[in-house]
Amino acid sequence: MPNILMPALSPTMEEGKLAKWLKKVGDNIKSGDVLAEIETDKATMEVEAVDEGPLTAILVAEGTENVKVNTPIAVIGEAGSAPSPTLRAPSPTGGEGDNSPASSLSPLEGEGGSRRLTGEGASLKDPDIPEGTEMVTMTVREAIRAAMSEEMRRDKDVFLLGEEVGEYQGAYKISQGMLEEFGPQRVVDTPITEHGFTGIATGAAFAGLKPIVEFMTFNFAMQAIDHIINSAAKTLYMSGGQMGCPIVFRGPNGAAARVGAQHSQDYAAWYSQIPGLKVVMPYSAADAKGLMKSAIRDPNPVIFLENEILYGKSFEVPKLDDWIVPIGKARVARAGKHVTIVSFGIGMTYSLAAADKLAAEGIEAEVIDLRTIRPMDFATVIESVKKTNRCVAVEEGYPQFSVTSEIAAQVMTHAFDYLDAPVARVAGKDVPMPYAANLEKLALPNADEVVAAVKGVLYV
Amino acid sequence: MAVKSAYIARKGSKAEKADRSAGKNSGFSSEEELRAYKDMLLIRRFEEKAGQLYGMGAIGGFCHLYIGQEAVVIGMQMAVKDGDQLITSYRDHGHMLAAGMDPKGVMAELTGRRDGYSHGKGGSMHMFSREKQFFGGHGIVGAQVPLGAGLAFANKYRGNDHVALTYYGDGAANQGQVYETFNIAAVWKLPVIFVIENNRYAMGTAAPRSTAKSDHLGARGEAFGIPSEQVDGMDVRAVKEAGDRAVEHCRSGEGPYILEMLTYRYRGHSMSDPAKYRAKEEVQKMREERDPIEQVKARILKAGMASEDDLKKIDADIRVIVTEAADFATASPEPDASALYTDIYKTA
Repeated sequence: MPNILMPALSPTMEEGKLAKWLKKVGDNIKSGDVLAEIETDKATMEVEAVDEGPLTAILVAEGTENVKVNTPIAVIGEAGSAPSPTLRAPSPTGGEGDNSPASSLSPLEGEGGSRRLTGEGASLKDPDIPEGTEMVTMTVREAIRAAMSEEMRRDKDVFLLGEEVGEYQGAYKISQGMLEEFGPQRVVDTPITEHGFTGIATGAAFAGLKPIVEFMTFNFAMQAIDHIINSAAKTLYMSGGQMGCPIVFRGPNGAAARVGAQHSQDYAAWYSQIPGLKVVMPYSAADAKGLMKSAIRDPNPVIFLENEILYGKSFEVPKLDDWIVPIGKARVARAGKHVTIVSFGIGMTYSLAAADKLAAEGIEAEVIDLRTIRPMDFATVIESVKKTNRCVAVEEGYPQFSVTSEIAAQVMTHAFDYLDAPVARVAGKDVPMPYAANLEKLALPNADEVVAAVKGVLYV
Repeated sequence: MAVKSAYIARKGSKAEKADRSAGKNSGFSSEEELRAYKDMLLIRRFEEKAGQLYGMGAIGGFCHLYIGQEAVVIGMQMAVKDGDQLITSYRDHGHMLAAGMDPKGVMAELTGRRDGYSHGKGGSMHMFSREKQFFGGHGIVGAQVPLGAGLAFANKYRGNDHVALTYYGDGAANQGQVYETFNIAAVWKLPVIFVIENNRYAMGTAAPRSTAKSDHLGARGEAFGIPSEQVDGMDVRAVKEAGDRAVEHCRSGEGPYILEMLTYRYRGHSMSDPAKYRAKEEVQKMREERDPIEQVKARILKAGMASEDDLKKIDADIRVIVTEAADFATASPEPDASALYTDIYKTA
């Protein structure tokens, strides 16, 4: 009796809502029949049958939220078998007991689950949040959307342009609902031609508009990198200060899950090399929101590097009318005295998880979230290293000529006499991203590598 | 028919179109002829001086002269109004002068001095004037094409009736981003006029060696439903007339328009180009038979709009302007060393 499992509908989906059953127990199912509708945080999708036979049981009622991928949701019996309508009560977590997930079907389970986010650690509250501010829980996705919408309400010159941002509601649903609020003049769907639409957006910025360019992923921005660098970044200088290009280039950056080498690359180091660009790479929803608002208001081109894995992750965001995080300011995310861990973006997940593990062993790590890569807040890093005398820098990008190599150089230059060990680095491996789940896991950094690096600089 | 040159005259429907656009010349008024003459002559004399200064070492790097192509930019400027934007490639001196930028500031930028339009930080290929709606000055072949469409996007977004003149050459016509831009401009009906300056050589490569249907570059718009005209780019009247039609089309919200200007550059691609890829006789023939300035001059004299002495006076006045620009550009100090680190970021 084949079980129908909760399907993974995107490379990073971990759970979803079983919105609606379109078949009922007793129906004879043919291959290709639409059985149910599943809602993820990104989209509503239909589940089609592969196996044939009578639907003998529905295991998860419609309306159930947070059904984990690979949870059995229905059973198809042999032809002629009797239905056994053993409907399970809606369960907030889905798979438990005999619902244990089938093995190798999802990239997010078992050994292949390299993209699951692990422990958070005790995060320090941002000192810029006023005392007594009410906090609301928000995903990074919602935070970015809220920031763009607030700025578009505030300034008519701000508009969003990119592939599928409008009618499709965003490839990753960042712009969901924005077309309805702002209309097609300001939420502009483009053809799949990054070079052309990036040039057009840059020209519009030359003329004084404030475009937000969404790249479906930053991998595709390589088609447009000439305009980002030669047109957007350099024109202020080349014009002796006369021009200017107020524009935000944003989208998911870095590895998602199981999408292979061409779709898994971190561009933080690439763009951070360019004078004239600012480069922002937030980790939390609060920073994503506050930095996005800063980026949109900034009169310079800003590269805003998001992460697909982080989109669905929830954080506390201050409920303020105008929550702004300044560009160029790092944040001490966790205080500690034995070692300084410096990271940014999704690297923070490994760093904070490592800090938790280290704390259990009595090692107190100070974790700094850079938040902005260019201009980089070296002062905060140096100040911390002068206190801890040890530094581990963590990123997901390639190790050579990377953000962490720059951090190592800066720490050596400005805090050499304070160091009790060479700066250690944890980065992505120096290989194109492999597809196989086990190899992908090996290619990416993890908390244990951070722990090992910390122990290395502590000589323990 | 006004068109006589073997280069312009061709078989088939496109030739008829070119002939038609040239043949429709109703003729310029005396005022228009004299304006065209003065404006084109300023570019000619300015470029000659720039070439001279380059030879003396006062101008460095790349320096791409516009001599021979003057009718294109002047004819188009006669068709637009204040507030319409202009963007082009690195062969940009003529466009800046046509837009009304100060020859002193342009020349001082060529010499890399403090009083240049970019305070010496841009050079020949990178100058801008917000005041004159001149948006550069771009050194990457073809990059100005989507940028120009972006200026047009801003016009449409703001709901004004301005058009963006976007110039590129026969070499850039092979860049993929040009066609990405055609597609978007057509779908979004952007008020952009693509002015192709087909001067027959992409650096040292004769157009037929690199370009399919190299004398039908405007026709490439047909695939996108963008109307185009082929224009005798050596005849300022033909340029202005075609420009009028293009501007009318764009202003009325009909979307983009393409003008392929058949033109010719007398000098090499840049100052360091000896131009061995073409016969001297070809250049000579063009100068003698098709020169845009000589054409206007002959008409002015024939129609008695001005005397030989009047024209000599105009030339003398222009030479004074150009000499003053050169003096200014060589006297202006180099930028202060502190300028190295300014203008990288704008403060809000």
